Amino acid sequence: MLTYIGKRIVLAVVTLWVIVTLTFILMHSIPGNPFAQEGTMPEAVYNNLQSYYNLDKPLHVQYGLYLLSILQFDFGPSYKSSTLTVNDLIVNGFPVSLHLGTQALLIAIPLGLLFGIIAALYRNRWPDYSSMILAIVGISVPNFILATFLINYLAVELRWFPVATWKSWSHTVLPSLSLAMMPMAFIARLMRSSMLEVMSQDYILTAKAKGLKKGTIILKHAIRNAILPVVTIVGILIANIVTGSFIIEKIFGIPGMGEMFVTSIFNRDYPVILGSTIFYSAILILLILIVDIAYTWIDPRIKITGESK
Amino acid sequence: MKRKLSVGLVLLLFIFLALSGCFSGETKNEPEKPTAPSEEGKENEQEASGPKILRLNNNEEPGSLHPGTAQGTHDSWILEHAFEGLTKKTPEGEIIPGIAESWDTSEDGLTWTFKLRGDAKWSNGDPVTAHDFEYAWKYALNPETASTYAYQLYYLEGGEAYNSAEAGADLEALEAAVGVKAVDDTTLEVKLAQPTPYFVDLTSFYTYYPINKAVQEADPNWYQEADSYVSNGAFKLTEWKHKESMKLAKNENYYDRDKINLDEVHFVIIDDENTSWQMYQSDELDLVYPLPQDVIGQLKAENNPEFQIGSDLAVYYYNLNTEKKPFNNVKIRKALSMAVDRETIVEHVAQGGQLPAYSIVPPGIPDVSGDYQENTGKLFEANIEEAKKLLEEGLAEEGLDKFPAVTLTYNTSEGHKMIAEAVQEMWRKNLGVEITLENVEFQVKLDREKAGDYEISRAGWVGDYVDPMTFMDLWVTDGPYNDANWSNAEYDKLVNLAKTTMVQEDRMKAMHDAEKILMDEMPVIPIYFYTKPFTVKPHVTGIYTPINSYPQFIFADIKN
Repeated sequence: MLTYIGKRIVLAVVTLWVIVTLTFILMHSIPGNPFAQEGTMPEAVYNNLQSYYNLDKPLHVQYGLYLLSILQFDFGPSYKSSTLTVNDLIVNGFPVSLHLGTQALLIAIPLGLLFGIIAALYRNRWPDYSSMILAIVGISVPNFILATFLINYLAVELRWFPVATWKSWSHTVLPSLSLAMMPMAFIARLMRSSMLEVMSQDYILTAKAKGLKKGTIILKHAIRNAILPVVTIVGILIANIVTGSFIIEKIFGIPGMGEMFVTSIFNRDYPVILGSTIFYSAILILLILIVDIAYTWIDPRIKITGESK
Repeated sequence: MKRKLSVGLVLLLFIFLALSGCFSGETKNEPEKPTAPSEEGKENEQEASGPKILRLNNNEEPGSLHPGTAQGTHDSWILEHAFEGLTKKTPEGEIIPGIAESWDTSEDGLTWTFKLRGDAKWSNGDPVTAHDFEYAWKYALNPETASTYAYQLYYLEGGEAYNSAEAGADLEALEAAVGVKAVDDTTLEVKLAQPTPYFVDLTSFYTYYPINKAVQEADPNWYQEADSYVSNGAFKLTEWKHKESMKLAKNENYYDRDKINLDEVHFVIIDDENTSWQMYQSDELDLVYPLPQDVIGQLKAENNPEFQIGSDLAVYYYNLNTEKKPFNNVKIRKALSMAVDRETIVEHVAQGGQLPAYSIVPPGIPDVSGDYQENTGKLFEANIEEAKKLLEEGLAEEGLDKFPAVTLTYNTSEGHKMIAEAVQEMWRKNLGVEITLENVEFQVKLDREKAGDYEISRAGWVGDYVDPMTFMDLWVTDGPYNDANWSNAEYDKLVNLAKTTMVQEDRMKAMHDAEKILMDEMPVIPIYFYTKPFTVKPHVTGIYTPINSYPQFIFADIKN
C-alpha cells in the first residue's frame, strides 16, 4: 500500500508540473494585459510595472523564475493588490471556503443518499416522485436563483437570517443551503439509478430467497454495492465545493477563494491564475487518491496493489 | 473484519465532518438567540445611546490603501476619509485649505508655495510636516515603486523624468531634481513643469496625500494591516478583515475633530449589487452605491425619498475608427451621431438618471462664470432628416452605393448590450444602416482599440481632476487615449494653448472652441453623462457627492 501511495505522489508531482506548464502557456497566449485600462497609461508607468513584476523578462525566464518560487511554496504577488499575495489569498480564503463547503456537503451527501435510496425502494410511488421532483428542481434551478430567492424570503421578508457577510453561524445557513442543493440533487439521482440496478441483480434475489430480512438486504448488500459510483463522483464533488463557489461567495459576500478562479482570468492576474490552478489541482489529485483507496474498503474485490503481477 | 473496518471508517468520517461543522460554528458564533438574525439589531439599539456608526459597502477589497499606489474607487473611498491633502473640497466643490493654510503662485505660474498649518497631526500623534509631502510625492514617482498613478505627479518639474528612469540611471540625481521641496517643517515649495492653473485642484487628489515618513521608513508594509496604519485625516483605520470588512474610527488627533460627528464607520466588502441592495432593505446598510440597474428605475419611478442622484465626472461614448472606411468621412460620422435618440436611451434603456450628452465635457466643472457644460450647451441636434442627407452625401463622396458592413464592439455587460442594441435599432430604423454587434472581454476590447482593429467601440471616460482639460486632451493627435485615431491641427493648437496659458478666460475659451471642433468632426459619438444614483437612510444626514468621488461622509451625522 505504501509503495502504491508513493508512486501516486510521484505521479501527482508530474501531473502538477504538466498543469503548471500548460496553464502558463495558455494564459500568456490569450490576448490582454494585466495592466491595461480604459485609455492607456503613460509608457513609463507601464514599463515600471512590467519590470516590478518581472514581466519584461523573456517568457522562458519568467517560467523558470516561477517554477523556482513555487518550489519554495511562494506563489508570488497578485497584480491587483499590493496588500495581499497569492499565498495570503489562499491562506485567508481556503478555510472559509472549506467551512462553507463542509457544511454544504454535510447537508448534500446524507440527504442525497437518503432521497436516492428512498426513491429506489419506493419506485414509481409517491416517495419516488417527490424526491425526484426535488432532485430535478435542485439540478435545474441555478444556485444563484436559489440564493436570491432564499435571501429575499428568509432574510429580507422574514428576517430570520442576515442577508450576507460572514460573521456568525447564522450567516452561514443560507449560503450552505444554496450551495448544497445541486450536489444533493445530483447524488440523489445517481444513488437512485445505481440502487435500482443493484436491486435487480441475482444476488439480491438470492438473499431474498435465503429469507434474509429486508433491512439486512438493503443495508448489507444493496447500498454497499450501489454506493460505488457515488463515491467516485464524491471525490471530484468535494474538490469542487471546498475550493469555493464563485457565484455563492459573490452573492453572499463571503471572503472565500471561489472568486480567485474567475476574476483572476478577467484581470489577467497571472500569479493568481497559476496559484489557484495549482491549489485546485493538488486538492483534486489528493481526493482522487483517497477515493481510489476508499474503493478497496468498500469493495474487497477491488485491489490496487495486485495488478502489477 | 474488513467489513467492520469500513463501517467504522464511514462512521469516523461522519463524526469528523459533524465535529468540524460544530467546531467552526462555535468559534464564529457568539452567544445569540436562535431567532435574532443579527448583531445589526444590537447596533441599532446602541445608536440610540451609544456610538454613532455609519454602515457602508466598499464593494471590493481595496488593492492598496497607500496613497502612492492606490488606484480606483475601492481604494480612494477609504483614503479620502482617512487622509487629507494640502487642500480639500467643500460639499459645494469649492477648494479650501486642508493641511495647507495658504498658498501663493509665482507670476509665471510655475512655482507654488504652500504654507502648512502647524497643528495637523498623524493618527499616531506625529506632526504632519512639509517633509511628509515631499517624501510621499517622490515615493510615488520612484520607478521602483511602480505606482500606476505616478503620472498624476508628472505636473512636477522633473517628475516624468524620474518616473521614466531606465535601469542603471542615477536615481538619486533624478529624485533630487523633482520639483518639490520642504523648505522647513511648514513650507512646501513646488516647481511645475509647465503652468497648470488647476494644480490647486490636483493637490486635493489622493496621489498628492502625504505619508508619514518615519512610519514608511520603519515599516514599508504599514498600509497592509489596520494595526500599523497611520493616516492624517478625519478617520483612522481600526480594523481590516481582508475581503470581508473594514472599520474606521474618528481620528482624535485630527485638527478639525470637532466637526466630525460619526464615531465609527463600518464597511462590508460585497461585490454583488443586488446583495448590497437587499442588505439596505433589511437595515444592515445605511447607504448603497452603486445600485442594481432595475432598482434604480423602480426607485426613480416611485419618487423614493431615500433615492438621490449625484453628478459624476464621466461620459459614455462610442469611438469611430477614423482610419477605417467609411468613418474617415466626417459627414457619415455626423449622420450616425445625429440619428441617435439620446433621450430614449437615457429614459428607457440606461434608466440611471443619466443626462443625454450633446458635447463631451460633463456638467459640474466650473467655468469662468457658471457651469462649463451649461455654457457649452448643445453642440449638435438629433435630426433624422439632416442625418439621412449627410449619410447620402457622405456615401457618395466615398464612392459607396451602400453602407458597408461594420461591427460595434463593446465589452461584455448587460448594460452595454442593451444600449448597443438600442443604437443598432435606431440606426437601422432612422438611416437604414445595418450594423453587427460584438461583445468581447474588456481586456480584448482594449487590445483591439490599441491596435486599431475595430470599427465602432464603446468607451467611457472618467475625469481625473475637475477641469475640462481632463477630457479635452484625450483627442490630441497621437494622444495615448485617442483610440479614434483622429487628428486635427486646430484642435491640437487650442488644447495646447489652454494647457499653457494661466489666463482663465483664454483657457476656457480655447477649450470651448476645441470642443466645438471635436463635435463638428465627431470622431466620437457622445451618448450620455454618467450620474451617481444612490440611496441613503433618512436617519443619516450630511452626505454629499463631489463630482469626482463616491458619496462623502466626513460631515455625516446619525439622527435618532
